Amino acid sequence: MVARTLPVIDRDNEAYWTWGREGKLAIYRCAACEYFVHPPVPFCPRCESRDVAPQAVSGRGRVVTFTVNHKAWVPDLAAPYVLALVAIAEQDDVRIPCNIVECDPETVDFNMDVEVVFEPVEDLWVPLFRPVTA
Amino acid sequence: MTRFAEKNTAITGVGMSDVSRGADKSALALTVDAALEAIADAGLTRADIDGIATWPGERADGSGFSPVGCAALQDALRLEVGWYGGGGEAPGQYGAVFNAIGAIAAGLCRNVLIFRTMYEATARKTAYANSLLREGQRQAGPFSWYAPYYTYAAALQQALFFNLYVHKSGIRPDQVGQIAVNQRRNAALNPKAIYKAPITIDDYLASPLIATPLRLYDCDVPIDGAAAIIVSRMDVARTLKNPPIRIGAIGSSMRYRNSWTQLAELDTQAQPKVAEMMWSRTDLKPADVDIAQLYDGFSFHTINWLENFGFCELHGAKYFIDGGHRIALDGDLPVNTGGGAMSGGRLHAYGAVHEACTQLWGRAGARQVQGDPQVCATSTSGGPLAGAMLLVRD
Ligand SMILES: [Zn+2]
Repeated sequence: MVARTLPVIDRDNEAYWTWGREGKLAIYRCAACEYFVHPPVPFCPRCESRDVAPQAVSGRGRVVTFTVNHKAWVPDLAAPYVLALVAIAEQDDVRIPCNIVECDPETVDFNMDVEVVFEPVEDLWVPLFRPVTA
Repeated sequence: MTRFAEKNTAITGVGMSDVSRGADKSALALTVDAALEAIADAGLTRADIDGIATWPGERADGSGFSPVGCAALQDALRLEVGWYGGGGEAPGQYGAVFNAIGAIAAGLCRNVLIFRTMYEATARKTAYANSLLREGQRQAGPFSWYAPYYTYAAALQQALFFNLYVHKSGIRPDQVGQIAVNQRRNAALNPKAIYKAPITIDDYLASPLIATPLRLYDCDVPIDGAAAIIVSRMDVARTLKNPPIRIGAIGSSMRYRNSWTQLAELDTQAQPKVAEMMWSRTDLKPADVDIAQLYDGFSFHTINWLENFGFCELHGAKYFIDGGHRIALDGDLPVNTGGGAMSGGRLHAYGAVHEACTQLWGRAGARQVQGDPQVCATSTSGGPLAGAMLLVRD
């Protein structure tokens, strides 16, 4: 498979792309009202608190929507693969683009329960999701 | 003057370069062709142009997505303008028009040259095999959330939204395919269209899946080409040679979460509030619209606009387009009468404005909609980008 294209790391997104080293999915959360803020910014749009910081979540979620890619956009791209938006279990409006892995792409479905796994790439741990089997 | 500035403006001329899958001219030369044609069409000269605008501004990244900006065209034509603007953070491609409306209202200019140039056909033969990712470069900004997941093209992002729409609406592939079939039928009558050979629903169903449920025939076609329009102050417009095409109402809102990842409504994208805003600025109703040029980066967008403009119910497009009769040239609401971006070429919403004006001026030749159409709904869209214009012949 071709290499993943990685993000530029900044102060706000660093936890998201690196806490996977400890097996943790980091999502910003407001300490005052407990709202999850994503993409990460240290401001709560609900209560205007600035006390917003990364917190580990369960890593569980559901597939909000997905697509199975069939086109080889670049040489050596191993199609098919699944691109999805996953809502975290803690808050449905936090949606994470990801690949759904460790399953046949044709078995992925709406509302499927998934859990995070991490793939180390260079200095980052890329969050991916796989079906919850248990 | 009305409190809605767009009602004090009109489109007075249009132009289009040759559109091809590989031009023998530079992107700037194509842009000059389109611009000069639009200026002449309005009955103006270069000296009359005192504003210039484009979307999204020059991107010198080799992608061909926007190879020519205001500065390059201004210098090529040696224009003396009081106002100019190009930028991508706007209500879709029509952001350039909306900015021009504001500039005219502010007294900064009277005749604005607005253009959109694409050179993607050539770019994709060389450096860019896909539209979003370049390998080996880390990505910043909103796209960085998608980049690590092999999201090579807008088709993948849009397929996410399209799949949810199909899931919720129950639309069948043979119904979706009517958009492609209709546009190819119209393109056959348009000398400038790229693809003119007829296709059937069976051809559509046999076309390769790109990303479920998106098929090859659901996608617009990358081209080399440029389109230009002249937007003039209304009192000036009424002295020029064409009947002014009034910008009856615009929609530009950003009223809910509007990012590529966190769209509030994934299956309708940014369209509903934009359409609502447009209708709030006019006494006209969907039933008054004679023709529609609805954004078709992917057929899904056109289907979305039919619903969000109110031509049919939410999730009711499957009935509206079933069989293809109502959207045909002789139907209740002729849609994308020149073949759209899917058969005509990806002029990225400016081909649609060009076609709207061509029809409203009665110049569309073999594809001219009968009955003297006077009102056209037009739109742009894709993910969080959306803008709408209601065009009305004076
Ligand atoms: Zn809060």
